[in-house]
Amino acid sequence: MRFLEESSLGILAFPGSLNGNVPKGLNWYPYYSPLLAFEVLRLTAYPDDVIAELERRANLIRRHIIRMTRAAGSGHPGGSLSSADILSALFFKVMRHRPTDPNWEDRDRFVLSKGHAAPAYYAALAESGYFPVEELLTLRKLGSRLQGHPSKGKLPGVEMSTGSLGQGLSVANGMALAAKLDRKSYRIYCLCGDGEMQSGQIWEAAMLGAHYELDNLTAFLDRNKLQIDGPTEKVMSLEPLADKWRAFGWNVIEIDGHNMREILDACDKAKEVRNKPTMILAHTVKGKGVSFMENALSFHGKAPNDEEMRKALRELGEKI
Amino acid sequence: MKWSYASQRKEYGRALVELGKSRKDVVVLDADLSSSTRTADFAKEFPEHFFNCGIAEQNMMGVAAGLAASGKVVFASTFAVFATGRCWDQIRQSIAYPNLNVKICATHAGITVGGDGASHQTGEDVALMRTLPNFTVGVPADAIETYKMTKAFAEWRGPCYMRMGRVDFPNVTEWEDPFQIGKGSILREGEDVTLMGCGIMVSRCLEAAELLEKRNVSAKVVNMSAIKPLDEALVEDAVRSTGCIVTAEEHNVLSGLGSAVATFLVEHQPVPLRRVGLMDTFGESGEGEELMRKYGLTAERIVEAAEEVMRRR
Repeated sequence: MRFLEESSLGILAFPGSLNGNVPKGLNWYPYYSPLLAFEVLRLTAYPDDVIAELERRANLIRRHIIRMTRAAGSGHPGGSLSSADILSALFFKVMRHRPTDPNWEDRDRFVLSKGHAAPAYYAALAESGYFPVEELLTLRKLGSRLQGHPSKGKLPGVEMSTGSLGQGLSVANGMALAAKLDRKSYRIYCLCGDGEMQSGQIWEAAMLGAHYELDNLTAFLDRNKLQIDGPTEKVMSLEPLADKWRAFGWNVIEIDGHNMREILDACDKAKEVRNKPTMILAHTVKGKGVSFMENALSFHGKAPNDEEMRKALRELGEKI
Repeated sequence: MKWSYASQRKEYGRALVELGKSRKDVVVLDADLSSSTRTADFAKEFPEHFFNCGIAEQNMMGVAAGLAASGKVVFASTFAVFATGRCWDQIRQSIAYPNLNVKICATHAGITVGGDGASHQTGEDVALMRTLPNFTVGVPADAIETYKMTKAFAEWRGPCYMRMGRVDFPNVTEWEDPFQIGKGSILREGEDVTLMGCGIMVSRCLEAAELLEKRNVSAKVVNMSAIKPLDEALVEDAVRSTGCIVTAEEHNVLSGLGSAVATFLVEHQPVPLRRVGLMDTFGESGEGEELMRKYGLTAERIVEAAEEVMRRR
């Protein structure tokens, strides 16, 4: 766990993952930025071994997701896999928290607004040490602390009951207000799905967050572009999402939600912003990491069968 | 009967200000109605602990939940119709399910709202709130009880709902009377019939008891401000001694006080019962008193109901 405390400027080099496709509209991207050198410095602020370890843990979360949903026979692997990298960054690097003292007053808070990504959340909590990893396989079973969607009070580390979409950001707002009121320095992190952007309450929350200048709030938007009935842009179009958040007064950072350096960098930038909450618009792939689940609508809310599980675990690097 | 009238909202506002003075963990939220709900009094004294959420009740309930999850005792106020129905799912998912310390204190309940009409009146709020697990529901009979209930809510762990009216209510209780969450009180002893009311209808029950006295009927009057948990012991005691009961509420008879009492009695001590209230109807514009008469929320209607249940006894 030593690497968690380490942070230093790395060597000046382009991380390999930046050499791929550059999504349109990402004009902050180092390639186009006038502050190129500065950006490169930032993106190499974390040593390679830290990044590698966080990526390894994201992969571990993904394997848990596959096993858990298989054991439960149901659940939401697609949107859990897409958020695994973000959760790995938050729980193993970004957030200040004490798994052995879950109610530590000064902990950073996390609200999983997209409650159906519970498998990823539980995996991150278990790997953090909140409860035994073996318990993950009780997901959705009678008597388990691992409810189908997170339930506050049942499981250590779960800050809020979620699952009815569109509500988590309001709760995060309330927590951020409380931190301000108590003059505490802890931060609030919230992970939203893109489908829930269709809920009016999200925009009510967007207004309040900006109005009360909640710069201690960082929200992630897991932009995997698929919801139950199909592509978000077909079901109920959301674009231009970044512009919407900017128009509502938020600091918006667009990233590749599977690039660990970009996730960490965005979190660091969010901490420096004053008088504005930050929305990190993370472009992700639904089902990320498992070839036959990637961008597959069917795996939004369906568990893999035994054969699919074995195939998925092999792809995720597990020797079976 | 000569009443002295007082405003529930004003006492609510006063209680909040006092709480603000004695407790640092109290936070008050409103949705652009703070001058009507009287949370403005608190806002003026403790601006740091007051957050106006704008006309966005769903978000307000989530914000309340987040604050409560961070150790605050949160009072969230707006009109009853918006405080409950408009954001029932948010209350269910973000407050009741995680069992958070949020006190939803709603004003302008019932039809005595008057001129604004059915869009701003509510006959469903008690029904909606009492069906939520973990919730405590109280309907204070007058301004005095409103003050006491507000103070008691601050001490109570868990989500609570309190229903207030817009108009001034007759004072039916005394400042010296004890108050406890989950406990009703006997305002008048009697042997022939129990008249059990909540909110403004408690005063109507007292009027009805006087009318009945002229007909040589002795009516027991119970103020049942404890809707949930229902003061079952008091209900049981009252009907054991009188053998029949009339409930009265400024709320739809479906799923309000009358329903709660009826359900309990059928399972434990069946006696003849009649419910006086809104008979599954929306209200309309008009003066509060006119509406009360038109929709049968009167002492006379309670008397009729009492005579009927006594005949069936």
